[in-house]
Amino acid sequence: MLKKLKPLSLLLFLALPLMLAGCSTPEVLDPKGPVASQQSDLIILSIIFMLTIVAVVFVLLTIILVKYRERKDHDKYSPELHGSMLLETIWTIIPIIIVVILAVPTVRTIYSLEEAPQPKTAEAANEDPLVVHATSINWKWVFTYPDEDIETVNYLHIPIHRPVEFKLTSADSMAALWIPSLGGQKYNMAGMQTTLYLQADHVGTYDGRNANFTGEGFNEQRFKVYADEEADYQQWVEDVQNSAPELTQYKYDNLLIPGVYEDGTAEFNGTHLQWIDHSKNADYTLEAWDRLGYEPKNPHAKDKSQNLLREDEIPYYQQDNTVDNSDEDMDSEEHAHAGHE
Amino acid sequence: MDLKWNEFIITGDPLILGAQISILLGGIAVVAALTYFKKWSWLWKEWLTSVDHKKLGIMYILSALLMLFRGGIDGLMIRTQLAKPGMEFLDPQHYNEVFSTHGVIMILFMAMPFLIGLINYIVPLQIGARDVAFPYLNNLSFWTFFVGMALFNISFIIGGSPDAGWTGYTPLATNEFSPGPGQNYYLLAIQIAGIGTLMTGINFFVTILKMRTKGMTLMKMSMFTWTSLITMLIIIFAFPVLTVALAMQTFDRLFGSVLFTLQGDGNPMLWVNLFWVWGHPEVYIVILPAFGIFSEIISTFARKQLFAYKAMVVSIVTISVLSFLVWVHHFFTMGNSAEANSFFSITTMAISIPTGVKIFNWLFTMYRGRITFTTPMLWSLAFIPNFVIGGVTGVMLAMAAADYQYHNTYFLVSHFHYVLISGTVFACFAGLIYWYPKMFGHKLNEKIGKWAFWIFVIGFNVCFFPQYFLGLDGMPRRISTYLPEDGWTGLNMISTIGAFMMGLAFLIFVYNIYYSWRYSPREKTGDAWGLGRNLEWATTSSIPPHYNFAVLPEVTGLDPYWDMKEKGLDQQKNTDYKPIHMPSNSSTPAIMSALMGMAAFGLVFQWYWVGIVGAVGIFITMIVRSFDYNDGYYVSVEEIKETEAKANK
Repeated sequence: MLKKLKPLSLLLFLALPLMLAGCSTPEVLDPKGPVASQQSDLIILSIIFMLTIVAVVFVLLTIILVKYRERKDHDKYSPELHGSMLLETIWTIIPIIIVVILAVPTVRTIYSLEEAPQPKTAEAANEDPLVVHATSINWKWVFTYPDEDIETVNYLHIPIHRPVEFKLTSADSMAALWIPSLGGQKYNMAGMQTTLYLQADHVGTYDGRNANFTGEGFNEQRFKVYADEEADYQQWVEDVQNSAPELTQYKYDNLLIPGVYEDGTAEFNGTHLQWIDHSKNADYTLEAWDRLGYEPKNPHAKDKSQNLLREDEIPYYQQDNTVDNSDEDMDSEEHAHAGHE
Repeated sequence: MDLKWNEFIITGDPLILGAQISILLGGIAVVAALTYFKKWSWLWKEWLTSVDHKKLGIMYILSALLMLFRGGIDGLMIRTQLAKPGMEFLDPQHYNEVFSTHGVIMILFMAMPFLIGLINYIVPLQIGARDVAFPYLNNLSFWTFFVGMALFNISFIIGGSPDAGWTGYTPLATNEFSPGPGQNYYLLAIQIAGIGTLMTGINFFVTILKMRTKGMTLMKMSMFTWTSLITMLIIIFAFPVLTVALAMQTFDRLFGSVLFTLQGDGNPMLWVNLFWVWGHPEVYIVILPAFGIFSEIISTFARKQLFAYKAMVVSIVTISVLSFLVWVHHFFTMGNSAEANSFFSITTMAISIPTGVKIFNWLFTMYRGRITFTTPMLWSLAFIPNFVIGGVTGVMLAMAAADYQYHNTYFLVSHFHYVLISGTVFACFAGLIYWYPKMFGHKLNEKIGKWAFWIFVIGFNVCFFPQYFLGLDGMPRRISTYLPEDGWTGLNMISTIGAFMMGLAFLIFVYNIYYSWRYSPREKTGDAWGLGRNLEWATTSSIPPHYNFAVLPEVTGLDPYWDMKEKGLDQQKNTDYKPIHMPSNSSTPAIMSALMGMAAFGLVFQWYWVGIVGAVGIFITMIVRSFDYNDGYYVSVEEIKETEAKANK
């Protein structure tokens, strides 16, 4: 009885979540841009192969268990059978073939994801990717548009049909920028810069988040991606440029204090790159903590309050601390490569 | 460390308070019972100072079962917190501590000691030896593991647990982002236990190579012995990396070095690399012995020799080599070059080839066999389909370009629970039940055992299968809560139900230990299942005497005991006894390890004077040990005769 129940119950439990999940397509398999669709295609290809392998093993196991279970007569019992060159060769070669079949598209996709997605129209081909610096801070996201000279916290707008070149770095812990509908993640690391190309082909609002554990506020390090038509995107940039407050170094340094961003989202005129590029200087965050009077506290301390200094109490902010990043671009590219190879 | 006295003991959390009270009461109960029944001296002389590989094996397994309970409670707390969106059962800090300790405990203080316990008990018997090569070292290994485990476990009531994940990634784990003693516990507890593991590795590697009985060439060893040998080799190569990496991070945290820090051009990513250079082989350390256990059980209860023995040996050797060539697949998303990611994708997928070969060999071991469905066999059979699910999703994860979407998600969480539970945990249950009569002289009740089995296996699938879909739907690992609009509620609830089913099955399993101790019939022969194939079943009594074999057996082929039975040879007829040389018990390892614990505890809180006193103590015990001229004793022929006569009754 038990042995007949076994494959049956297994099948039942395989089917159950499938049915439940059937209500809506999982986010990763419902791509909204060319990067995510390349990955989704690869995933579906692999699922087909894997289901075949699972089916073969399950069927074989069921047959063997039913046929060769202990019975009264043992006429099928052959204890001397303990090897077969032919069979062993077959099940060595077949997995090799499967691995080769899967390796080819995998490697091709790995290389393809290193480049910006191919433009679909001639007009799009003339456009460079939109550059956005995505900086992770415990526990918020800062998005910097260097060409537009604006900066946002915990949300971003991007135009559709245009590749976005994310320049990823972190002010502190290692994080990972992930927007499942648009494509896979990549790490943000302090003192290094990594590049992630993504693109949206459909207008919409997508969930993005930090996927790599960074401590207490990790849950809430999320953001929204608004993918707009080109004109709407330009309008948004202008609105921010016209109405957003100026980013000061004091304001920015305050963002570096670990914590969830109380106001949810924000936007600023000017970018933090005028003072600091975290991919070149990993020490900056800890220096800012010192300036502001922030001290890390034991999570089990009875008194976890902080006595942060006000801007007018800190002489450092009375002077001009801007650094020139413009002619260092070549260096930064090299640095980035040196950092992650 | 700027730690106030009122922060030393963790207070203010009802769950932790409950644990503190139950630990206190439990401790008092144990001490009271030992005193009342006058068992202190028995405990010390017969067990704690014993160098008998069988007793050490049992102590390893008992500790591992305790840790399975502790780690399981952690797991159930995680699942309770995630059952519904916005749960406030655990706050994020507490949740982070719970999943960090869950990971460390299950891998390092449950899976490894459980398997090392089984290896300790069984391998010397299977190679026809009377003990391991270095019995004193074996006791020291156990005690360093035990002290490391104890140190790690007290963290949640004293000072606070590590909260940077079982991977302890820098810079999150540096002082600036993980202040307090938590991460120090992680570094020092694993360090001490790791030294013990390394010694076990050397000990059993030498034991298997040098202490095999007459006629047992390498290619006549049982599959469990083979997998143990290769596991020990992996330990010897992998654990030094961990030792060094832990020491480096300890220096960062305690002495202000800047190896993995943000400041001073530290390289946090070097830790990530070093961790996985050890961490990936570590997964094979806990899976290869499991493969060995399944091989033994499947072949026993199919009444057939293992199919393609040579191919199985070649497979495990191949797996062990490949295990050192795949560590980068744990961080394909670090922005490695396309060349690097392609290389590590292919090496990772290549591991599926020898593993696949093994799966088919197990299936064909049963082909034309006579399969009986005992509980250990059921666990072994359940391993095959479940492990295949875990394995194929592993191949999916190996495809780097797709991994960018799976990485850090519940897809990954589900994958590694599928391979580690259906591989390692099923093997621990299967092996313990299979060899239980060898250890305790009676079997576990089959009926209760089957209840535990079915509830566990079904609960396991209910718990982890939905998590593949949660991962594909964008649920990251290690989040302590989510929003209703994320759409993950239903599957999470199902998953939690499955987790509690596994918890229930564990309780039934533990009840079965009690029930069988009371009611199971006592075994009269060494071959409890009547189907034994290897030398562990060739002993005269069900529980082997402390010298294992009165006369060492001679081996002519594979499955030597099966062979003897076929040829009608009776191991017990040979009464040409000679005095047996056996090692003496020693109390220095327990004392030395306790001093290591004391030194480490001092370092955790940066009370350096405690550390120095402990370190001096360690050196003193080493000196005492080096002047110990006791080189064992002889078991007289009369005593052997007496013991053997009793066994044959």
